[in-house]
Amino acid sequence: MSERVATADITETSGPQPGEPGLASPDLAGADLLVEEVSIDGMCGVY
Amino acid sequence: MTLPLVEQFAYGLDAPICLTWELTYACNLSCVHCLSSSGRRDPRELTAAECRAVIDELERMQVFYVNIGGGEPTVRPDFWELVDYATAHHVGVKFSTNGVKITPEIARRLAASDYVDVQISLDGATAEVNDAVRGPGSYATALRAMRHLAGAGFRGFKISVVVTRHNVGQLDDFKAIADRFGAQLRLTRLRPSGRGADVWDELHPTAGQQRQLYDWLAARGEQVLTGDSFFHLAAYGEALPGLNLCGAGRVVCLIDPVGDVYACPFAIHESFLAGNVRGPGGFAAVWRESELFAGLRRPQAGGACHSCSAYDSCRGGCMAAKFFTGLPLDGPDPECVKGHGEQALVAVAGTSPPRPSGDHSHRSRPSGPVPVSIGARPPSGPAPLPSGPALPPDRACDQSPLAGFRPG
Amino acid sequence: MSTETLARGARAWPEPFNLDRPWQLHPQVSVRPERFGALLYHFGTRRLSFLKSPALLTVVSSLGEAPSAREACRSAGVTGAELPAYAAALATLAASQMIRERVNP
Repeated sequence: MSERVATADITETSGPQPGEPGLASPDLAGADLLVEEVSIDGMCGVY
Repeated sequence: MTLPLVEQFAYGLDAPICLTWELTYACNLSCVHCLSSSGRRDPRELTAAECRAVIDELERMQVFYVNIGGGEPTVRPDFWELVDYATAHHVGVKFSTNGVKITPEIARRLAASDYVDVQISLDGATAEVNDAVRGPGSYATALRAMRHLAGAGFRGFKISVVVTRHNVGQLDDFKAIADRFGAQLRLTRLRPSGRGADVWDELHPTAGQQRQLYDWLAARGEQVLTGDSFFHLAAYGEALPGLNLCGAGRVVCLIDPVGDVYACPFAIHESFLAGNVRGPGGFAAVWRESELFAGLRRPQAGGACHSCSAYDSCRGGCMAAKFFTGLPLDGPDPECVKGHGEQALVAVAGTSPPRPSGDHSHRSRPSGPVPVSIGARPPSGPAPLPSGPALPPDRACDQSPLAGFRPG
Repeated sequence: MSTETLARGARAWPEPFNLDRPWQLHPQVSVRPERFGALLYHFGTRRLSFLKSPALLTVVSSLGEAPSAREACRSAGVTGAELPAYAAALATLAASQMIRERVNP
């Protein structure tokens, strides 16, 4: 249901953009991602 | 098979990831939209020893970071000691300030510390726009603080803006100010919380401005922070960076100056009060055992929004925005990008929304003209407080929190 | 914030993750185990990583002692079929400086 949330949160490195294949890493676009990253400022409810 | 984060949090975290800690309700300013209705110190404020005990708990719980605010946190005489105590105990600190105490000397000390970040509040890229909301002289104070921080070599401090109808046309100018000082721009959402309830109608962005704002943010990605406060705009397209969900009671919460724990700083109301750190189990017991938080952590069905195609993106928007505009929590956000919020507001027009709990506003204006709104429409809230001679204090806490303070 | 610890927006161009090198957690990273795996917070970059598997937490926690990342994965019970996903996860963590190559194996 909320995979959209998961994929939108992935912060890509400054190289490949989401949707583009990684430089030399396997194309895991379909696989679950084991790591999600966000800035510490990315939590709502903290001013 | 790994679950999306939003479902992981349904199990509850043993500790918040970060939290807002309002250290005092005292403030030298009287911003018209203040989410905590600050101004006068509350005599029941946590003592320095009680604050240290909270920090000890946060360390044990491995809370990574606190955003210290208020009121104006730097007016507490023990503020700098408490910041040092927190960082010495492995709790990162960002504090929000209007800049009043950021002297060159203080700026140098801050620049030398790796674990303290500073956030300067600014609500207009010009004094005219800013001071209409934050009071005369506040723009000058903020810019002076920024000059001192930049001059001391403090790179990457935050400039935090509450987006309003009157400053949404200044986004490029805000970015330019941030660039000028080597700071990072942060735009956040105005909520109808605290005194914000009284100015919401006249200050919240129009639908067209909201779209403009989204487009501007989407084009800048991670360059501009948002505190995840615009996740309700995800329905326009790609979600903006951040968790994109309401963190209240799930990953964040508020500790207020008297130790009350609320789901979030925009929800200072009995309905969102989870407990008090002065209770027998301290903060940890409140976070882990409060009924309120348990309820928030249960997966939310979409309620009235469940059949909307945008629900997965917007998650029904901001709980506090709904609550303080009198809307049901299981329905659309008042600023729902599809317009469902406007419809819902029509249904509750004529009824009174809940009022924020507690009001620590100054009883009389600090010297200066009553802030006037620039917009064409008259304010719809209660009349502003009369300016005029200051009333004599009837209790010690009514005295100016700045008694004896001389600006540096 | 001192300029050395500020890494705002700075990311390495992604390199293929070398499983056969020794790795370690960055010293400025705080690890908080959770039911779903773990939270990692980097005090220098202010980035937060969610590790969505307890096995990944085991891998990351044992990197500093293992002769190679591949060994750390093997000891954590990661199967051959799972390894690419773990390598991708480690590559993400390396790109955001949560982990770094160890100088002294």
